[in-house]
Amino acid sequence: MASGVKPRVKVPKTAAAGSSITIKTLISHKMESGRRKDKEGNVIPRSIINRFTCDFNGQNVIDVAMEPAISTNPFFQFDATVPEAGEFKFTWYDDDGDVYEATKSVAIA
Amino acid sequence: MKNTSLKRILGTMGFAALMGANAAFAGADLDKELIINGETKIVTRTAAPTHMDGALDEIFSGWIFRKDETQAAQMDDFDNPGMIFVDIAQDTWNTVEGSEGKSCASCHDAVENSMAGVKATYPKWREEAGAVRSIDMEINNCRTERMGAKPWKLTGGKMTAMNALVTLQSRGMPVNVSIDGPAQSMWERGKEMYYSKTGQLEMSCANCHEDNYDLHIRADHLSQGQINGFPVYRLKNAKLNSVHARFKGCVRDTRAQTYKPGSEAFLALELYVTSRGNGLSVEGPSIRN
Amino acid sequence: MELTRRNALVVGAGAFAATFLPFQAYAAADEAIAAFTGGADVGTDGITLISPEIAENGNTVPVSVDAPGAVSILLLAAGNPEPGVALANFGPLATKQSVGMRIRLAGTQDVIAIAKMADGSFVKTSNAIKVTIGGCGG
Repeated sequence: MASGVKPRVKVPKTAAAGSSITIKTLISHKMESGRRKDKEGNVIPRSIINRFTCDFNGQNVIDVAMEPAISTNPFFQFDATVPEAGEFKFTWYDDDGDVYEATKSVAIA
Repeated sequence: MKNTSLKRILGTMGFAALMGANAAFAGADLDKELIINGETKIVTRTAAPTHMDGALDEIFSGWIFRKDETQAAQMDDFDNPGMIFVDIAQDTWNTVEGSEGKSCASCHDAVENSMAGVKATYPKWREEAGAVRSIDMEINNCRTERMGAKPWKLTGGKMTAMNALVTLQSRGMPVNVSIDGPAQSMWERGKEMYYSKTGQLEMSCANCHEDNYDLHIRADHLSQGQINGFPVYRLKNAKLNSVHARFKGCVRDTRAQTYKPGSEAFLALELYVTSRGNGLSVEGPSIRN
Repeated sequence: MELTRRNALVVGAGAFAATFLPFQAYAAADEAIAAFTGGADVGTDGITLISPEIAENGNTVPVSVDAPGAVSILLLAAGNPEPGVALANFGPLATKQSVGMRIRLAGTQDVIAIAKMADGSFVKTSNAIKVTIGGCGG
């Protein structure tokens, strides 16, 4: 699933120091559950993103362990505190060992 | 909201086998407003175009008939999973492919400028081609004739993503396809298809989407079958879907042999069904069931 | 036990219950909850699960959980073949212990959220979500 995986993240460009912001993340991924069968009746092997994390300047915001019951093109929404100017780092971990990353900088308004 | 015409009653009776008892289902809130990203107002309800000759008084975007959560997901481009594929298509737009060493951007520069308003008038008659063309046909024509690249599968992921990128540049503009002049014969053909019963179930497009919209077919809340929101991200298959792929699904559901995506028949139907939405906003990429 | 007709019925009913999938799946959810809580008492206050009463499509159901002061939240779909959905752990920069996501539901069922609080206690809530079968090819 290494090809064609694309993250899309909403983070405001600026925030007041210490304020809370809402973050939304999407990533294109089939999230093959391991329960479907192909036309020949063979089980299509599981291939999902199994973990998602968000950190800001090295401090954790959220760390989610994901199961096959997460929908195709996984979406997460959560709230983070912005203590100072810096960078959000988003990381998705694929079953196949691939790691997808996105970063977003936030300035203090 | 609608007149209970004899035609409507008869149409509903014809559906008795498929339609459950729907007392538990409320009709759609026809006044609900769609504003995307807090700035782009989408016309989801307006007077039917005059060519419909009173078949419907008003036309509604399919968004109106979706559940609250699905509607809400379309109000922010960071909730809308269809937008991931727009991002992917933006990368493709700038990627050189084929024997001529060109990308889309080589000829068309920034998509925001060159494609603004384009989707609102398609499908349309192209004098150079001497034919009615859809956006998808134009994209593949660029690929084969200008880029020296292989055409994309019409219902495949690359095509629906590129169509979505082009469509987005017209989002909020009124659908306004021409139905007269050299396009008229194609439009007439599409209209005839729309009202022709097909398949073992002997159903026309109109049976569901004109006679019975806002009612339920089993658990599905029927829309008017407007295509101003295409390409649509369907919750069912979690990807962007093209107009012709949707037509194929509908025709299949009447238990008929379907036409092929890209066929002249589906192009005619696309032109006609698009024209039924003249006055609604271009809305794609939208989210539907 | 003497095999009377009444006992045969009881045994039969038990066998039926054991093979009837939802009961099995709900048992799996109970096991997952026990594994998460270690068998501790589970309260009901201070956790909110927002979900549609009837999902537009079971393939993509939006849910969100809010549990102020939680360290982590476990989300389970009791009627799925495997009940696990997600385990969200909150870091120091999570403003609210709240997360929204889109999940797959195999059918009408209860979705369960259990939060582990900072003091080691647990709270739980659940919502029934109806999943219907569409008319137009699923």
